Amino acid sequence: MNRIDARFARLKAARRTGLIPFVTAGDPSPAHAVALMHALVEAGADLIELGVPFSDPMADGPVIQHASERALARGVGLDDVLRWVAGFRRQDDDTPVVLMGYLNPVEIRGYARFAQEAVAAGVDGVLLVDCPLEEGEVLAPLRAAGLKRILLAAPTTAPARMEKLCESAEGFLYYVSFAGITGAARLSVADIAARVAGLRERSRAPVAVGFGVRDAQSAKAIAGFADAVVIGSALVERLAGAAEEGEIAERARAFLQPIRAALDA
Amino acid sequence: MPASQDFHRWPDAHGRFGDYGGSYVAETLMAPLAELTGAYLRLRGDAAFLAELDRDLKHYVGRPSPVYFAERLTRHVGGARILLKREDLNHTGAHKINNTVGQALVARHMGKTRIIAETGAGQHGVASATVAARLGLKCVVYMGATDIERQKINVYRMKLLGAEVVPVTSGSKTLKDALNEAMRDWVTHVADTFYIIGTVAGPHPYPMMVRDFNAIVGREARAQVLEEYGRLPDALAACVGGGSNAIGLFHAFLNDAGVRIVGAEAAGEGIATGHHAASLAAGRPGVLHGNRTYVLCDDDGQITETHSVSAGLDYPGVGPEHAFLKDAGRAEYVGVTDDEALEAFHLLARTEGILAALESSHAVAQAIKLAREYPKDGIVLCNLSGRGDKDVHTIAAREGIRL
Repeated sequence: MNRIDARFARLKAARRTGLIPFVTAGDPSPAHAVALMHALVEAGADLIELGVPFSDPMADGPVIQHASERALARGVGLDDVLRWVAGFRRQDDDTPVVLMGYLNPVEIRGYARFAQEAVAAGVDGVLLVDCPLEEGEVLAPLRAAGLKRILLAAPTTAPARMEKLCESAEGFLYYVSFAGITGAARLSVADIAARVAGLRERSRAPVAVGFGVRDAQSAKAIAGFADAVVIGSALVERLAGAAEEGEIAERARAFLQPIRAALDA
Repeated sequence: MPASQDFHRWPDAHGRFGDYGGSYVAETLMAPLAELTGAYLRLRGDAAFLAELDRDLKHYVGRPSPVYFAERLTRHVGGARILLKREDLNHTGAHKINNTVGQALVARHMGKTRIIAETGAGQHGVASATVAARLGLKCVVYMGATDIERQKINVYRMKLLGAEVVPVTSGSKTLKDALNEAMRDWVTHVADTFYIIGTVAGPHPYPMMVRDFNAIVGREARAQVLEEYGRLPDALAACVGGGSNAIGLFHAFLNDAGVRIVGAEAAGEGIATGHHAASLAAGRPGVLHGNRTYVLCDDDGQITETHSVSAGLDYPGVGPEHAFLKDAGRAEYVGVTDDEALEAFHLLARTEGILAALESSHAVAQAIKLAREYPKDGIVLCNLSGRGDKDVHTIAAREGIRL
C-alpha cells in the first residue's frame, strides 16, 4: 500500500487527526533540509509536504514566495529536493512525502523522467498547484509510476465540479479553506465545517484542510471535522532566519508540538 | 479549405491552440475563469454589446486608425512599400485601449466594481486606468518596481487618471512579477474584482478574449489595404512581447496563405548573449502564467530574467496562439536587437516625423528588413502599435543626454 493510504488508514483506526506541515525545500537552510524533515516527524508530523521552489509562485502569498526566493538564491533545484527525500528515506520509510509546487520544473524535466526519479527517491505524491483536474492528462506518467496526484478543492469550486474532484481524489483531497493565496485571511470555522463535512461524505480520499491554519487553536477548531490539518505559511515564517541545525529543529518542535497536542486532546 | 488549414477555428472549447494554451491555474481560479468564459461567450454573440463596443471604438478610441504609406522611409530603404497601421493614434497612444475598452464593458456587464491590471511599459496600465475612470470603476495597477523607475511618465498618467499603482518588488520586479501579483489580488478579491489582462497570455479565456478585442486592427488593415492598393500585403511585421498587437494584426490574415507573417521579438543585446526576451526564437515549450507556451527558463524549469530596452517586450513567455502559429509554420518569429530598434526609431522620426514606441520600433526594424526582400511594388504592412512619448527619457539616458 502507498505510504499515504497506509498513514491515513492508521490515523483513522486510531481516530486521530493527521498533522501535515509544509516547508519549502532548502529553507531556511539547504544544509539541514533532511534534518528538518526528521524534526517535523519527531514533533508529530504524519505527512510532510515539501515545497519545490519556483521562480513564479503565482498562488502563494509573501511568506512562501520569500521562502522560495531564498531557496533559489541558494541554488536549490529539483535534484536537491529529490536527493533530500532519498536522504530522509534512509532513516524513515513510513512518513509519506508529497512534493508541492508548480508545473514548469516538472514539464522541463520531462514527466516520465520526473516520475521515475521521484519514485526512486521515495516520493509518494505530488500536488502541482497550477495543474487542475482538467489539465491532468500530462500527469499520467506520474500516476502510472505510483505517485498519488493530490487535488485541491476550494470554497469557490462549483458543486458539479466538486463531485468530479471527489470522484477523482486520491491520497487525500486538499481543501483550501478560503479563496485566496497561501498564508492570508481568517477562518470561518462554521463555513468550513459544513463544506468539509459534505466533502468527506463524497470524497474517495480523506480530506485535509489548509490555508490559514496558524496555531494550536485554529488547528484544533478544524480537527473536529477534517481528516488532517495542513500548516504552511505560519511554520515557514517561524523557521525563517534559523541557520543552525539545532535551532531549526527546536523551532519546528516548539511550533508543531502544541498543535499536535491540541489535535490529540 | 480543409479544417486543418482554418486558423480561425482556434482555440478549442478547452482554450487550447493545438498543444498550447489551456487553464493551468490553481483550483481557486477555476470558478472565476469559468464565470468569465461564460459571460464573455454570451456577450460576444450579443448584438447590443457589440454595438456598444463599436460605438466606444469609434467615438472614444478614435477608430478606424489609418494605414499610412511611409513614402520617405520606403525610399530611404529602397525596397517594397512600407505601410504603417497607426495604432499609435488611438486614444492613450497604443493598441492596448482596444482590449481595455472591451474588457471594461464585460466587467460592467458582470457587475464588477473594481478593475485590476498588470503593466510593463505602462501602456496597458494607462489604458486600464482610462476605461476605469470613464466607467467610474476603482482601478489598481500592479507594476514591477524596475518598470516604475523606467516608465515614470506612464506611472504619473495612471495616477492622474485616479488609479492606484502598486509597486511589485518580488522576483525580477518586471512584467511577469506584476502578473503574478495581479493574479494573487484577483484570487483574493474575486467577488467584486475584474482582472483586465493586457496581453494574449494567461489562462483561457484571456488569450482568446484579448485577441478578439485586438483583432479589429487586422480586420481594418486588411480592408484598408485591399481598398487602397487592390491587393493583400506581401508580408506583415509586428513586435511580440506577450503578443497582443501582433495577434491583433495577424489574425485577419491567418487564412491568407500568400501573406507572410513575421513577429519581431526583443533580442536585447543579442540572442547569443543571453540578455534578451525572445521566448519563441530562443525558448522552449513550458507552462507559465496559466498557459502552455514557449518560455525562457533554465534546465531546472525556473523562469529566467529577460532583457529588453523596451519594458513592454520584457516578458519571458508569449501568447499561446503565437506558439501554435510558430509550430504550425504559419508565422515566423525573429529577434530584433535593442540597437536595431533604436536605429529604426531614429530613422522613422527623421523620415516620417513619427516617434514610435520602443516596442513598435522593433516592428519597424523588422519591416525595413522585410522591405529589402521584396520588389518596389511589394507591400510590407507594419503595426505601429504605440507612440514613443513615454520612451524619450529612456532613449535620452541611453544616448548620454540629460533632459
